[in-house]
Amino acid sequence: MTDLAASGAERPPRSQWGDVWDQFKTHRGALAGTIFFAFVLLAVVLGPVIWPIDAQYIDIRARNSGPSLEHPLGTDQLGRDTLARVFAGGRASIAVGMTAMLLSLVLGTLIGVVAGFFRRIDGPLMRLTDLFLALPLLPLLLVIILLFRDALRTAFGPETGIFILVVFVIGITSWMQTARIVRGDVLALREREFVLAAKSVGTPPRRLISRHILPNVLSPIMVSATLGIANAIITESALSFLGLGFPSDFPTWGRLLFDATDYLQQYPERVLWPGLAISLTVLSVNYMGDGLRDALDPRIRGR
Amino acid sequence: MNVKFLTLAVAASLAAPLPSFAERASDGEVRIIYWQAPSILNPFLSGGTKDLESASLVLEPLGRYDQDGNMVAWLAQSIPTVENGGVSEDLTTITWKLKDGILWSDGTSVSSHDVKFTADYCMHPEGGCSQLSNFDDVASVDVIDDLTVKVTFGVPKPFPYGPFMGSTSPIIQRAQFENCMGAKAPECTEANFNPIGTGPFRVTEFRPNDVISMEANPNYRDPSKPAFASLVFKGGGDATAAGRSVLETGEFDYAWNLQLAPDVLANMEAAGKGTVVSAFGTLVERIMVNLTNPDPALGDERSTAAHPHPFLTDINVRKALSMAIDRELLVEIGYGVAGRPTCNILPAPPIYASNANDACLIHDIEGANNSLDEAGWMPGPDGIRQRDGVRISILYQTSTNAVRQDFQALIKQWWSEIGVETELRNIDASVFFGGDPGSPDTYQKFYADLEMYANNFDGTDPEVYMGNWKCDESPSPDTQWQGANMPRYCDPEYEALLDEMSKTGDLNERARLAKAMNDMLMQNFIMIPLVDRGRVSAHSNSLGGVVLNTWDSELWNAADWHRID
Repeated sequence: MTDLAASGAERPPRSQWGDVWDQFKTHRGALAGTIFFAFVLLAVVLGPVIWPIDAQYIDIRARNSGPSLEHPLGTDQLGRDTLARVFAGGRASIAVGMTAMLLSLVLGTLIGVVAGFFRRIDGPLMRLTDLFLALPLLPLLLVIILLFRDALRTAFGPETGIFILVVFVIGITSWMQTARIVRGDVLALREREFVLAAKSVGTPPRRLISRHILPNVLSPIMVSATLGIANAIITESALSFLGLGFPSDFPTWGRLLFDATDYLQQYPERVLWPGLAISLTVLSVNYMGDGLRDALDPRIRGR
Repeated sequence: MNVKFLTLAVAASLAAPLPSFAERASDGEVRIIYWQAPSILNPFLSGGTKDLESASLVLEPLGRYDQDGNMVAWLAQSIPTVENGGVSEDLTTITWKLKDGILWSDGTSVSSHDVKFTADYCMHPEGGCSQLSNFDDVASVDVIDDLTVKVTFGVPKPFPYGPFMGSTSPIIQRAQFENCMGAKAPECTEANFNPIGTGPFRVTEFRPNDVISMEANPNYRDPSKPAFASLVFKGGGDATAAGRSVLETGEFDYAWNLQLAPDVLANMEAAGKGTVVSAFGTLVERIMVNLTNPDPALGDERSTAAHPHPFLTDINVRKALSMAIDRELLVEIGYGVAGRPTCNILPAPPIYASNANDACLIHDIEGANNSLDEAGWMPGPDGIRQRDGVRISILYQTSTNAVRQDFQALIKQWWSEIGVETELRNIDASVFFGGDPGSPDTYQKFYADLEMYANNFDGTDPEVYMGNWKCDESPSPDTQWQGANMPRYCDPEYEALLDEMSKTGDLNERARLAKAMNDMLMQNFIMIPLVDRGRVSAHSNSLGGVVLNTWDSELWNAADWHRID
């Protein structure tokens, strides 16, 4: 059983992942989303190499300038280059988004599967989920940041320290929806014939989960993952707004958007770039998730 | 322009020394907009500026502050001082004399009984008077004769001008408010909405939270004033709309307190209908320097006098930080006409303003570098200056506010040019200024090396304000982190000056002491003042006589307003 699962990915020409890819290719939106997301990733990773202006450098004489050769996307109210800031902001935002999403996904899936599969701890785990859902987010964030900010700052420096904190905070406050959805699906799956059959031949719970349950709850997990990235990017900007996130001169997409809203009337293009970056990234990730869900579901495959 | 016209013009101006507008009710209607709407016209029952200022058109005090913060007699014959015998030698009594023949707008005459009644009305124990602080330490108010009233204080008062001075303490008519004392005060709607006053206008209709209609007071003491026959005082909306209605559309003649971005205001003014005016009070945006060590490793003793700061205790570092700042640019970016660069923590009123520190107006990166070089702070391998293993790395906090974050970013860049590393932090204003002793992020706790905010003081007398930097005003765990001495500054010499001020009644002498204290703080760079923030209003180009005043009501001289063609 284990050998089959492990070697499945390596067996040419018709592997399980090959089938998934074949199906994925037929979803145009998903393909476009993947290409765009890859492009964004490349841009934020390589951007600062291609466009070497420092995102935090203030050239006060060039403030509020429109697009030009020197500043293709113009500059902000202090004369910082918008293009450089969008690149630098994307690095932070995507890093926070992905990491926080992974954390909340792992937590949510773990708790959801365990709660759905083991009836005995279902009650306590779901009450814990309710507890987290009922917690007022803002005071909780205030307390967490109050307790750990200085310690992390001395241990990792201001930016890495805050990164860890922000990722942690977003991760542990956004896993509940995933956990609930996963638990619901697991409860339904557990009574299905193929699971019962596997159980009757003596498959241990661990393997039952990894072989039969997890692959079948992958689609809701994918969907919440894509939503999670969006949520994390937005939450990070909200935190910055409250002064709990990164330092105010450290660009993130949320921060850029927030700064630009004051100038919405005079310089509407300034909200455009970070806004576009956030929405297109979120959209592309959503499409990817959509395509992946379809591709992973053998019942849809081939239709 | 021919000779005949000139001759005529000269003849006309000789024949009429008072211009044509100096005739009561000759100039039609004046329209004022406040984007906060007045809800009551009794200043003793409201703390709101909108209510105080609208009421100041009707109700007047014995003395006012002019645009420079000087005291001018209004209903009184003169301002009582120690020299003219109005204030007793021991500084415990002040005697006011009313001008002769002043009438209320209903035609009855004003007497010292009205003045005494006003004090009784506000000091009534059940009244809940919002201007009670003006009457602090008042032991009694006695009528000497029909025009004379004496205020006795329980303690010596070097500055006895709390009662009956300024828009917060006008005189109300006894006949009208006699039955409205104490708990009944808020019930007298008719009197609170239509007070009888001595001012240039009287109320014809008051619609709370909307519009006040007024007409010229027929019994106003100057027969040629006011120039306007009627006045409309519109309340509500927002600052942008108010600014537009005066500067762009010309619907209104005067708009109050336009807190708008500099370029927004400049765009509006470009429409050519009106003029933006600004005046400066005591509000100074400043950077506070922490003279104690905020290192988290110190636990409960963070930011207390027990541990001096590793590098900010060196005056050369503080001086260099101040020199590297371009204050002109900060004003241009953040405040425009609503700000001006300042080198003083006490920038006004003019008699208290020192000019001994104006060197800070020069942006001098080179000088800052030299000062640090001389003090032995040399750039390390990472470009950050250090001495004996101490790096100049600063945590610089302020409240969350777009202008402040721009300031932080700019200042960080200037400091990077002198080899100072800066980490920025912004904190939600309600937390930062909240004063909660449980939060580490309050401006009193000051768990950072520098912090930036604005502060000012009420009224014109700086004694209490300068007392903020007494040693025992330092916030610490012993004081539950209360106190206003953020830098934790302790200097017996400074306190000696303060002590002297509390015993001095003479205004010029008080001014000298206040200046000396300001210079002491500034020349030691205990605080780094940045911008003197003013108030901005706008009036239409056809409205003359506006003198913006930050020490009293903005409408203080509405009697002199007139129409210019």
